[in-house]
Amino acid sequence: MRGLQLPLNQTQRIRLQRALEKLHSLSSKANSDASVTVADTIPVNYDDAFLKGHGTTDLNGELVATVCGVVERVNKLVYVRALRAKYKPEVGDIVVGRVVEVAQKRWRLEINFSQDAVLMLSSMNMPDGIQRRRTALDELNMRSIFEENDVVCAEVRNFHHDGSLQLQARSQKYGKLEKGQLLVVDPFLVKKSKQHFHYLEQFGIDLILGRNGFIWVGEHVEARDGMIVDQANNSEQSTVEKDQAYTPLEMRQNICRIANAVRVLSTLGFNVDADLIIETAELSSSLNIDIHDMLGSEFHVLVAEREAERRSLMTKRKR
Amino acid sequence: MEYVSPEGLRLDGRRPMEMRQIRAEIGTVARADGSAVFEMGNTKVIAAVYGPREVQNRSQQISDQALVRCEYSMANFSTGDRRRKPKGDRRSTEISLVIRQTMEACILTHLMPRSQIDIFVQVLQADGGTRSACINAATLALADAGIPMRDIVTSCSAGYLNSTPLLDLNYIEDSAGGPDVTVGILPKLDKVTLLQMDAKLPLDIFENVMGLATEGCKAVANYIREVLLENTKQLEYRRGL
Repeated sequence: MRGLQLPLNQTQRIRLQRALEKLHSLSSKANSDASVTVADTIPVNYDDAFLKGHGTTDLNGELVATVCGVVERVNKLVYVRALRAKYKPEVGDIVVGRVVEVAQKRWRLEINFSQDAVLMLSSMNMPDGIQRRRTALDELNMRSIFEENDVVCAEVRNFHHDGSLQLQARSQKYGKLEKGQLLVVDPFLVKKSKQHFHYLEQFGIDLILGRNGFIWVGEHVEARDGMIVDQANNSEQSTVEKDQAYTPLEMRQNICRIANAVRVLSTLGFNVDADLIIETAELSSSLNIDIHDMLGSEFHVLVAEREAERRSLMTKRKR
Repeated sequence: MEYVSPEGLRLDGRRPMEMRQIRAEIGTVARADGSAVFEMGNTKVIAAVYGPREVQNRSQQISDQALVRCEYSMANFSTGDRRRKPKGDRRSTEISLVIRQTMEACILTHLMPRSQIDIFVQVLQADGGTRSACINAATLALADAGIPMRDIVTSCSAGYLNSTPLLDLNYIEDSAGGPDVTVGILPKLDKVTLLQMDAKLPLDIFENVMGLATEGCKAVANYIREVLLENTKQLEYRRGL
């Protein structure tokens, strides 16, 4: 059992337990026996044809799970959706990664996958925005685009036959992320949705929910093309610009508030989506909870209770 | 010395075929991809799994399967006498190797080519049967990390003292010098992946002792399954729709 490592007093413990029990009772109605562990037999109708998907294997004619997770059935396909695993990329996913290496015509990005992902120089929009062949000069100037340890947002392009992963950043919205915080949560907590880029107007913040569980919370940037132009004579000017680009205190506090909301949700193991993050952040500000107190046990309990209430309302509405 | 009293009780009050109390907890190391604590009586072991991740040493990379590494260590405070053991002594290298081979046999390594899986196990309290406890902890940690496996591996030891087969030896019984049989099984496939013995035994008695250890493994397997299922359910219902 994954316990929360929080100092709870007696009442808080009871309140948290009650909230979690409520969540349990709400979800168990939908699927109670769908959870499997390693080497559990998955019940299927052997007379019908079925396809075995990820997380399953064939053992003496029986279908057996190879990971802990939830059994999903789509038409004929039977697979196990693993909880708490490394990120499994799908083409078109939006991911946030950290540059670990600048290599020949490519960057290597850490994206919580079993290997480092590759972002080719040729699959990236040039800072000047012109479509042209990449020259040797561009290659030499790669560090002016991304350096080691930069945080980058990109899209999954394709897989190679050897299982390595290629990314692309062919739009204004992708690229280097600055002035913010990178948070790492379990990838299964981020659901695939239409929109992974969020602009939270009331906070003036950009929120990027990477499908790989890397979440970016940063200052809002109009049309993300503010990359520093890669010319030697401009470098002096750009450093001056950098110094001037100062993030006001209020903005930093907003970033921290949103970031802490994400942290609270991820330690409680709740789904991390934009609405819930905003709701959590607003709950904290409406109750006048200081930013640093958001990581305390009292706020965790409050959020858990809130979530239990919200989900029970949702299920009532469905009926 | 008398290890089994005339009433049929062992030094710590157990019956010959009784196991110590087992307890497991998942998710004890926050930064690791998977982690677990496993206790068998006073033996307490912590395991952390990292990966599958990019291979650190490029020359070790295997193009069609994952590289599995394992490191076993004993905390300085784990035993009664507080002796500082040099890292990488013979005993711990051997146990590292044993655990690595056992775990590698059950991980579906071909699904994660060009990557590496690190398993770290540390003994926090040693009271006999650390080898088995480490394997059980490593299984739990691997399952927690979501690494695909053929089956869970569970392990348990048994011995033979005072012409009685004894299940799950503690430190005093272990140091009596009698045979100590450590068995690791895949319960679903009903196969043996690990079998070690450090003394001689007649064949018919050996079969008895090994049978006893296998029963112990199955009991451990049932418990581990329960813990894993509980953990999975909890993760699922917390996440919501």
